[in-house]
Amino acid sequence: MTGAPRARATGPLLLGVRHHGPGSARAVRAALEACPPRVVLIEGPPEADAIVGLAAEKDMRPPIALLAHAADDPGRAGFWPLAGFSPEWAAIQWALAHEVPVRFIDLPAANSLAMAAKKPPAAVPAPAGPSDPAGSPAPAGPHGPAVEPAPAAEPVPAGPADPATVSAEAAAPDPAGQPVPAVAHGPAAAPAGPANPPAPPAPPGPAGPADQADPGGQAAPVADQAARMRVDPLAVLSEAAGYDDPERWWEDVIEHRGTGGAEAFTAVAEAMEALRVEYGHGGHEDDAVREAHMRLRLREARREFGDEVAVVCGAWHVPALGERTTATADRKLLKGLPKVKTEISWVPWTHRRLARHSGYGAGITSPGWYDHLFHAPDRPVERWLTKVAGLLRDEDFAVSSAHVIEAVRLAETLAAMRGRPLAGLAETLDAVRAVMCDGSDVPIALVQDRLVVGDILGEVPESAPAVPLQRDLTRTQRSLRLKPEAPERELELDLRKETDAGRSRLLHRLRLLGVDWGTPVVSRGSTGTFRETWRLRWEPELAVRVAEAGVWGTTVLSAATAKAETEARSAKGLAEVTELAERCLLAGLSGALPVVMRSLADRAALDADVGHLAQALPALVRSVRYGDVRGTGTAALGEVAVGLAERILVGLLPACVGLDADGAAEMRRHMEAVHRAIALLSETETAGTETAGTAARTGTAARTGTETGVQPHTRTDLSTTDMSTTETRAAEPRAADGLRARWAAMLRNLAGRDGTPATPGLIRGRAARLLLDDGRLAEDEAARLMGLALSPGTQPPEAASWIEGFIGGSAGGGMLLVHDERLLGLVDRWLVSVPAEAFTDVLPLLRRTFSAYDTGVRRTLGELVRRGPAADGPTGVGGQGAPAAPGFGPGLDPDRAAAVVPTVRLLLGLDPAPHANDSMEAAR
Amino acid sequence: MTVTVPGTESTDTSGAAEAAGAAEALRPHAEDAFATELSALAAADDRPRPARWRLSPWAVATYLLGGTLPDGTVITPKYVGPRRIVEVAVTTLATDRALLLLGVPGTAKTWVSEHLAAAVSGDSTLLVQGTAGTPEEAIRYGWNYAQLLAHGPSRDALVPSPVMRAMADGMTARVEELTRVPADVQDTLITILSEKTLPIPELGAEVQAVRGFNLIATANDRDRGVNELSSALRRRFNTVVLPLPATPEDEVDIVSRRVAQIGRSLELPELPEGVEEIRRVVTVFRELRDGVTGDGRTKLKSPSGTLSTAEAISVVTGGLALAAHFGDGVLRSGDVAAGILGAVVRDPAADRVIWQEYLETVVREREGWKDFYRACREVTA
Repeated sequence: MTGAPRARATGPLLLGVRHHGPGSARAVRAALEACPPRVVLIEGPPEADAIVGLAAEKDMRPPIALLAHAADDPGRAGFWPLAGFSPEWAAIQWALAHEVPVRFIDLPAANSLAMAAKKPPAAVPAPAGPSDPAGSPAPAGPHGPAVEPAPAAEPVPAGPADPATVSAEAAAPDPAGQPVPAVAHGPAAAPAGPANPPAPPAPPGPAGPADQADPGGQAAPVADQAARMRVDPLAVLSEAAGYDDPERWWEDVIEHRGTGGAEAFTAVAEAMEALRVEYGHGGHEDDAVREAHMRLRLREARREFGDEVAVVCGAWHVPALGERTTATADRKLLKGLPKVKTEISWVPWTHRRLARHSGYGAGITSPGWYDHLFHAPDRPVERWLTKVAGLLRDEDFAVSSAHVIEAVRLAETLAAMRGRPLAGLAETLDAVRAVMCDGSDVPIALVQDRLVVGDILGEVPESAPAVPLQRDLTRTQRSLRLKPEAPERELELDLRKETDAGRSRLLHRLRLLGVDWGTPVVSRGSTGTFRETWRLRWEPELAVRVAEAGVWGTTVLSAATAKAETEARSAKGLAEVTELAERCLLAGLSGALPVVMRSLADRAALDADVGHLAQALPALVRSVRYGDVRGTGTAALGEVAVGLAERILVGLLPACVGLDADGAAEMRRHMEAVHRAIALLSETETAGTETAGTAARTGTAARTGTETGVQPHTRTDLSTTDMSTTETRAAEPRAADGLRARWAAMLRNLAGRDGTPATPGLIRGRAARLLLDDGRLAEDEAARLMGLALSPGTQPPEAASWIEGFIGGSAGGGMLLVHDERLLGLVDRWLVSVPAEAFTDVLPLLRRTFSAYDTGVRRTLGELVRRGPAADGPTGVGGQGAPAAPGFGPGLDPDRAAAVVPTVRLLLGLDPAPHANDSMEAAR
Repeated sequence: MTVTVPGTESTDTSGAAEAAGAAEALRPHAEDAFATELSALAAADDRPRPARWRLSPWAVATYLLGGTLPDGTVITPKYVGPRRIVEVAVTTLATDRALLLLGVPGTAKTWVSEHLAAAVSGDSTLLVQGTAGTPEEAIRYGWNYAQLLAHGPSRDALVPSPVMRAMADGMTARVEELTRVPADVQDTLITILSEKTLPIPELGAEVQAVRGFNLIATANDRDRGVNELSSALRRRFNTVVLPLPATPEDEVDIVSRRVAQIGRSLELPELPEGVEEIRRVVTVFRELRDGVTGDGRTKLKSPSGTLSTAEAISVVTGGLALAAHFGDGVLRSGDVAAGILGAVVRDPAADRVIWQEYLETVVREREGWKDFYRACREVTA
C-alpha cells in the first residue's frame, strides 16, 4: 500500500518526499528513471497545470515559486516555492524533458484561498524582501513581513486593521513542509507534515480580530486552535530513533544516504502509515479535503494512463492516497467548498526566502547547504569546505589548503564522536570555526549568510503572467483617478483632501519602490506643509520596474513597506536612515516605521561622530513637528529624537576639543542646527502632551497644539484619562524641559571654557551668543566673556574667531548686527570700555571680522554707531515708553508707526480696514 | 630515539595518595579532586580510546559537561556552557592538532584546560606558565649546569621541560597564557607541533612525540600588549573561543557564588540582601559588554574594558568591603558605583562618554534604578 516502486504492478508509483529535501529529490529522479511513468502528479495547485510548461524554458531558473492570488485582491495570495533541489522541481524537470504530462493534484488555489478568506482577515504573505539580511530579527509591524528571527514558535501579532496588507507570514519552519505557506488571510498554519505538508491555507476557523499568524508550522498551534496540538511526525519518528533534533534525524537517515533508492520511499511511507494509525490526522484536519482531491485527480489519471502514474507528494499524504475510499465519498467531501477567482503565475524566489529565518516559512534553514548536497557530484564535505575556504579567501582571510584538510579531518572526527554517518552542516561549521576562523563567529556569520543560506535569486521567463503588484497598482490608480500618461504634467496636491493625500502616498510609495512615475518639485506660490507639487510622466519601462518590484510584495503598500524595512536594515549611515524615516512618513508606511525607528536608534547608538548625530537630528525633529499633516503617528519618532538629542548632549563637549578652523566651522553649524532642533523638540513635546497625549495612545496622530489648534473633543478625552496617563503627561514636559535646560547648561559650560582644553573660540563665542539670545545669559556676563575672549592674553586668531562666533562672521553676519540693536549696543559698550592702550591690540581682531562684511553693511553700522546711544538704559528692546536701543529715540511714535500699517496689511493679505488697536499690534 | 624522562609517574591517582594529597593541598589537582568520577567513567566507558587516552572522547566530554552514568554515578559538570565547544575541544585533542582556548579573562580557560588534561591523560601537571619572561628552556629543555660542567653534555645533564616529558610519555601538555610568551619563544612550538619532534642538537639526538601527545594552550584575546601568535604557529592550532556566560541568571549565579566564597575568606559579613545589587552590576556589565540593553531594544556603545565576569566579582567584593567597613553593612548602590566606574572607564576620554551616555539613556529611565543612577552620577561628575 505504500508507494514503493516495487508496488508498481499493483498501483501507481507513490513517492513520498520531504519538501526541499535534496536526498528526496535525488531519490525521486532515480525512481522516475528506473520506472518511467506516463504521467507525473505533483502536490500543488491544479491551476498551475497551464503554466507548468514554462518550467522548461531556459530563462526559468529556480528558486522560483508558484504564486496564486485572488483576481480581485492581489493581497490574498499563496506561494508554493520550489528550489533547484526540491523533489517537485526534479520531477517537473524530468517530466518536461521526457515529454510526460505534469499535473498538480492538490486542492485548487481557488478553494484554498477562498477558505482562508472566510476567516477574519489576518495574515497575508508579504514576502520579506529578497535581500533581507539573513537572521535579522524584525519586529513584525502591522504591515511588515514578519521576519522570524529564529525557528520561533511565537505567534506574530498581525495587525488586524488592514486586511489587504498584513503580512505576518505563516512561517512554517516545518522541516518538510514546503509548497506550503500558501497562506492568505489566514491562520496560516500550514498543516505541515514532516515529510509532507505542502500545506494549503489553513482551514477556516474562528480567528479573532487579533488573529495571529502562526510562524511555527508544524507543532505550533494554529492561531485559534491554540489548545489542539499538531503532530509533528518527524519529531515523533526522530524521538523514537533517539535524536533530539528532528531535522538532524531526517538528514542522517535520508538526506545523507546518497540516492536512497526505493527502500527509502517504502520505509518512510510505512513509518508515516504507522504514525497515521496512531495519531489519525494528527491535527491536520483540513488534510482530509486536500487528500480527497488528490485521490480524485489520481483516479482520473489512472483512468487515462493506467497504473503508469507517478505521484510526488509529501510523505505524510502517501498513506492517504492509498486508502480505499470511493470516489463518491471523496466528491462529497469536496462539495460546497467556497471558491474565489484566482490567477496564477511564476515569480522569482530567493534562497533567503526559502530559509525560515527570513520570514517565509518554507521550512528549511540551510538552502545553500541543500543546494550543495544536491549538486555536488561526490565528496560533499570536501567540496563544501573548499567552497567555504574560497569564500573566506575572497574576504581576505588567510585560508590555505592545509586549513581545508584539517577542517575536513576535524569535521569527520566530530561526526564520528557524535555518532553521525556523515559530517553534517553543524560539524562542518564547527570545524570551519575552529580551524579557519580562529574560533571567531564573525566569519562564520558570513559563511552562514553567503553559503548556508546563499544569495541565489531565481529567474522567471518574460512570458510568465503579470505580477499582482501591477494589478494592485492599476486598481489604485483607478480609485485615485490618476491615470498613467506618457506626456509630462504637473500635479498640485492639497494634502488636506482625502484623494490628494492618497495620491501623494501612492507616488511616494512608488518612489520608494524605484518606480519614478512622479518626481516632487518645489511648490510654486505656497510653502505650506499641506501642499505638494509633482511632475508626472509614465514611461513604458516603468512597467518593468513594477515587475521588478514585484518581489517585494503583492500590493504597493506591502511592497513599499517591505522595501523600506530592508533598506532600513541595510542602510550605511545615520543620515540615510533619517531620510528613509522621512520618506516613510510621507508615504504613510506606518508599518515600516518600527523597523526604521529601531534601525535609526541602533545607528544613533553606535555612531560615535557627534556630527552625524547632529546632522540627523534636525530632519527627525522636523518629522516629529510637521509629520502629522498626514495624520501619521509620530510618537515613536519623538522618542528616538529625544534619545538622539541626549546622545548629542553627552558627546558634544568632548567633540568640540581640538578642532581646526574648518572643523570648528562645521561644528558651529551643527551646534546651531541642534540648538534649533532642541528648542523645537521641547516645544513639540510640551505642546503635544498638553493637547493630545491621549490621542497618540488611541492611534491618531499626536498633533501639536500650535499646528492644529486644540480640539474640543481632545479635551474631553483628557478628562476621562485614567491616572496613569495623567502621571505620564505630567512627567513628559519635565523631561523635555530638562533636555532644554541641560542643553543650556552644556552651552554655558562651552561658553565658559578658557582655552584649555582647547575649544575653538568660534564655538565658545557661538555658545555665548545662543545663550544670550535665549535670555539665559545676562548681558553683563556676556560682556565679561567678550572681554575675556578679547583680552591681550588671548592668541589673536582665537580672539578673532570668538568675535566671529559671537556676532556672526562672513558676509551675512553683519546684517544681524545692523538689526539687533541690543547686540550692537553690547559690542559698542564693550569697545568703549577698552582702555586706550589696549585698544590698538584689539583693533586688528575686530577689523578682521568687520572687514568681511559687505560695504553697505559696514557703512550702515558706522552710521548707527555715529548716531550714538540715545538713551542710557542698558536694555532697550523697544517696549513702549522704555528707553530705546542705541541710535533710536525713546518710546514708539504711534503716528509714524501707523503709517506703515496699510502696507503691512496688504502684504499679509488682511482685511484692509484696520482698527486702531490692530494697527498697533501690526506695527509691533 | 627517545630520552627516558624520570619522574613522570609521580602523580599516581590511587585513592590513598589522592586522599592524602587533597587533604594537604590548598588546591588539589583536578585528577585528584575528581578521582572517583574519573575512575567511574573509565569503568563505564566502552567506547574506543585513542592511544594512551585514559577515557574515550565521549567520556571526556561527559566528564566536563556532567551527566549520570549507567551505574548511577553522578558526574558533576565542570564547565557550564555550550556542548558544542567541549565537543570540538575534545575532538581536536583526538586529532594531531593542538588546541588553543581563547577568551577574555574569567571564562574558565585554565579550568577547562586543566580538566581536559586530567581526563585525557590523567595528569594536569605538565604545565608551562607563559609570562613575558618565559625562556626557551621552559618549553624545550634546560641543563643542569653542575652536571654539564662536571661531565659534559649528556642526557643526565639535560633538564626536560614539561612539554618534553609529555612528548616522551604521550601525555597532554599545557601552556598557559601563550600570548604573553615572547614571540621567538612561542615559535619553538612550531617544530614540536608540526614535526612532533624536539631536536637536541647538543647531543645529536631528538625526542619524538609518542602517540597520545598533544598540547593545550590558553590565551587571552582581549589583553593589550600581548605577542600575537605568528600565523605559522596559529595554523597548528584549532581555536575554541570560550564565551562569557550565556544568560544573566548564569552570570548572577556565578558572581554570587564566587563573592560568597571570597567574602568568607575575607571574613566579610554575610549579606543576603546584596543579591539585588549583584544583579544590577551583572546587568550593567552584560549590557555594556554586549552593546545592547537586556531587553534587546536599545543599542549601546561598548567601552574598551573587558567587563568580564571576573571583574564583576571584584566590583561586588569591593562594594561588600566598603559596605562592611564604612557603610551600614548593607550592600547599596553607592558601594558598587565607584567600582563600576573604575571597571568601565578604562580610557578616560572615550569610555567616559560611553558611560555617561549609558547613564543618561538607559539607567535614568529604568524603573527602580533611581538610587543607582544618583550614586553613579555622584561618582561620575
